[in-house]
Amino acid sequence: MAEPNPPSTVLTVFELPADAFALDSFVVAVILAMAAITVLTKVGGIWLVRHVELSDRLEAGFSVLPGAIVIAVLGPELAAGGPAEWGAAGLVLLVMWRTESILLALCAGVGGIVALRAVL
Amino acid sequence: MAIDTDASDGPESVLSDVSERGDEGPQASESGSDAPSAESVTFEWDGVRAGFLTCLPVALGVGGYGIAFGVLANQVGLSVAEAALMSATVLAGASQIVAVELWADPLPVAAILVTVFAINLRYSLMGAALQPWFRHLRSSRVYGSLFFMADENWALTMRELTSGSGRGAFLLGSGIAMWLFWVGSTIVGALAGETVGDPTQYGFDFILAAVFVALAAELWEGRSSLVPWLVALAVSVVAATLVPGRWYILLGGLAAASVEVIRYDG
Repeated sequence: MAEPNPPSTVLTVFELPADAFALDSFVVAVILAMAAITVLTKVGGIWLVRHVELSDRLEAGFSVLPGAIVIAVLGPELAAGGPAEWGAAGLVLLVMWRTESILLALCAGVGGIVALRAVL
Repeated sequence: MAIDTDASDGPESVLSDVSERGDEGPQASESGSDAPSAESVTFEWDGVRAGFLTCLPVALGVGGYGIAFGVLANQVGLSVAEAALMSATVLAGASQIVAVELWADPLPVAAILVTVFAINLRYSLMGAALQPWFRHLRSSRVYGSLFFMADENWALTMRELTSGSGRGAFLLGSGIAMWLFWVGSTIVGALAGETVGDPTQYGFDFILAAVFVALAAELWEGRSSLVPWLVALAVSVVAATLVPGRWYILLGGLAAASVEVIRYDG
């Protein structure tokens, strides 16, 4: 029954990932609580609309959600960017329009942003 | 409803909603019972496979972020196993990165949990937006698929479903691709530590925006989209400067929906 080495010396000298598989029970509990909360947010909205009868008026509101969410994600993201981001976004739009291929559009966007950031 | 009306544009879609409701009368599908009349939305391997393959290149790019998250988690003292556990069970990139930035010695548990909730609340809205198609699916399939929902594969799934393919399992398949790359890249990042550079230098930070621009191009329905989109744009941009976190997404979406509710009938 050898006494365990004081772990601090080993860790501070080498910083080996010797504890790579360590699972602190408190940390695990916090992570699982984060997971539970996230699942609630992912499932909560659709649970609500599956259990509450929506009027036609409310359904009309829900029908604009997809586009509105997309714009609400994009707007501030692009507003925080600069000419490089705007140019690359325009490139994605253009390629999407011409080819209807999401893969090509993404490649154009990522390639474009790298190039534009290097140039601008 | 929206699946049948994708050829229509503008106010007609609202009208056809109403008339369709009249035709069908009381719906049996609201309780999630798998009625044989479950129109054209299926839940099959074909959909899982299509979602997985479509999402692969996107998931590969998201992996760039997973590496960044792993590096960050490693720096604040999470073990590789703990970082991987978080990616495998939470599967919501932005909230994980912010949570890890809050990580400190006496863990600020309440702050972390509240922040995670606030950042991820937008998923409620995104999930609800899938209901027109998911109403035809059994509850277990809906909720099981939603565990795998992240921004990027939600966007790809909306694109798939609005195109009318009726592949209800697309979210699950694309989510599995996201999950594999997210967890795998977290492990790589946590092991590699500081040796990996900034993901912005490879343009990975632009992938989310690129996916959403592509989706916007497809969701545009002509003039009927103009008002809700402008409302969402104005509210989200203003809210982003005034409110911390990601509340602006929720606020922008809700504002647009509210305006549409008010305009309805008009």
